[in-house]
Amino acid sequence: MTSVNDLIERTRVHGSLYTSESLFAEELERIWYSGWVYVGHESEVPEAGMFVLKSIGPQSVIMTRASDGEVHILHNRCSHRGNRVCMSDSGTTNSFRCPFHGWNFGLDGTLLGYPHPEGYGGRHQLDDLPLPHVARVDSHEGFMFASLASDGPSLLEHLGDAAEGMTRLVNLSPEGKLDLGAGWLRHRAHANWKFIVENETDGYHPQFVHGSIFSVGDSRIGDLYGEHSSAVTRDFGGGHSENDLRPEFRSIDEPMFWFGSSEDRVPNYAAAMRSAYGDDQARKIMVDGAPHVMVFPNLFIAEITLFVLQPLAVNLTVQHSTAVQLAGAEELNKKMLHQCIGSAGPAGMLLADDTELYERNQEGIASREPAWIDTRRGLGRESVDERGRPIGTANDEIGIRGFWKHYASLMGDVAVPEGGRS
Amino acid sequence: MTSIVDSVKRREIEAFIYREARLADEHEYSAWEALWADDGHYWVPAADIHNPDTAMSVINDNRSRIRTRIAQLETGRRYSQSPPSRLARTISNIEIRSETSGEFDVTAVFTLVEATSRGRHLWAGRVNYRLRDTSGGLQMSYKCVDLVDRQFDLPTLAFLI
Repeated sequence: MTSVNDLIERTRVHGSLYTSESLFAEELERIWYSGWVYVGHESEVPEAGMFVLKSIGPQSVIMTRASDGEVHILHNRCSHRGNRVCMSDSGTTNSFRCPFHGWNFGLDGTLLGYPHPEGYGGRHQLDDLPLPHVARVDSHEGFMFASLASDGPSLLEHLGDAAEGMTRLVNLSPEGKLDLGAGWLRHRAHANWKFIVENETDGYHPQFVHGSIFSVGDSRIGDLYGEHSSAVTRDFGGGHSENDLRPEFRSIDEPMFWFGSSEDRVPNYAAAMRSAYGDDQARKIMVDGAPHVMVFPNLFIAEITLFVLQPLAVNLTVQHSTAVQLAGAEELNKKMLHQCIGSAGPAGMLLADDTELYERNQEGIASREPAWIDTRRGLGRESVDERGRPIGTANDEIGIRGFWKHYASLMGDVAVPEGGRS
Repeated sequence: MTSIVDSVKRREIEAFIYREARLADEHEYSAWEALWADDGHYWVPAADIHNPDTAMSVINDNRSRIRTRIAQLETGRRYSQSPPSRLARTISNIEIRSETSGEFDVTAVFTLVEATSRGRHLWAGRVNYRLRDTSGGLQMSYKCVDLVDRQFDLPTLAFLI
């Protein structure tokens, strides 16, 4: 019997890792239902009584703000007969009433009541049947994560250095907060979720996949990932990785250049930043720009866009995307929304082409030869940064190798059918 | 009830809409772009939020971005449309809702079959146009495509809908 460890090498991974249904089922158990998964941002439920429907892979969860002011993440499954209790994507409510038999739950999950209570010996006899919370919830900079396992590493242990990406993002707000209220695009890809994760910090593809838009727009993105870029790809460990574009922006040393703008074109924002952080720190933040960080397994902070990956089957993934909106940065928010809509989602001038290639990749590996996918780009020039983390050039496959190293640590002993195929 | 426009104008509006549909189906990018007025707004809303200035949209193109979208398609390296989808759409239930100073608000419904090597997808929805009478004929100043499945996950939508 072959195991996953036999299918992951330093310079290549086996194509069956993207096509095995039994492996996908095991990924759900070990990665999506045991580890930390990004669910939503607390700013999506700013006031008590608000809720949004979210997901952990194929499972539906409800993120609420209850009257106690706390954010709760609840399973969308009635504790009586298992019916869905919430069908709305978002809204404001006092309670969730299951339509099947009228059981009524508070936004903190409490079972408030059930019709005809004499059948249960009276009221308040079922306090052990709330709308169940996910096992663990924790947050960092307002990003709410859930784990369906009651034991395991803490959220900050899971995030490691990727936590800095979220901090860098909120620091772009003069109030230190995000305000994610623009709603989500949902883009279906007939591809394995791991192709999408690998692509998020793959700096090799943009100039090819996105050459069409770079050639007709005034985009600088191609140069950021070109042969002469000083940007760095970094493996944070834990499956997290980033394209660190700061070396490029720091050599240009112009505030807001990262956004294709300048301080005098967003004067109120620049003033608010300088007031909030002091001149030196504000200038540094505005030079450095937004992070480009993939947080294992499903949150991609793509500068002005947030992506959340939802695997539904071995060959089906939904990509949710929304524009970053910064509290106290009205001058930026409308432009960020406009840029995000232009690039992300089903009609996006970037993501439509990324997704086309995810789907072609899934079709491509149906061919059984060559059986392996190559991951060695930049291996010969890989080095470590001042904190010992693997780094490479802007377009090396550092993030991809980091992903597989972590994946092997979680999945390595899983048995796969002979030849790695099922 | 008297109709908003006479039958000649109604036929002209219908002919414009059918032509717009055919040019989009046949990937006649520059001819399709030429239908737009200089202040054109091309909008495909997402989910239930209906303010394109504050909410995510599938498409929310001003005239300049319509130009960019067409230019990207014309490179031949917009891979999500290279090879291009095969398309056929039917536009029906055309109603001319109002006329205000030479601009007609028109609503219709459409169904569209997109065929690619991966299979067929059925698109449908209501489409709202604003058409402007000019000395050179009608121009499109607004097109909103309200998809029936906009609140659910969508496949790639890289052709001109």
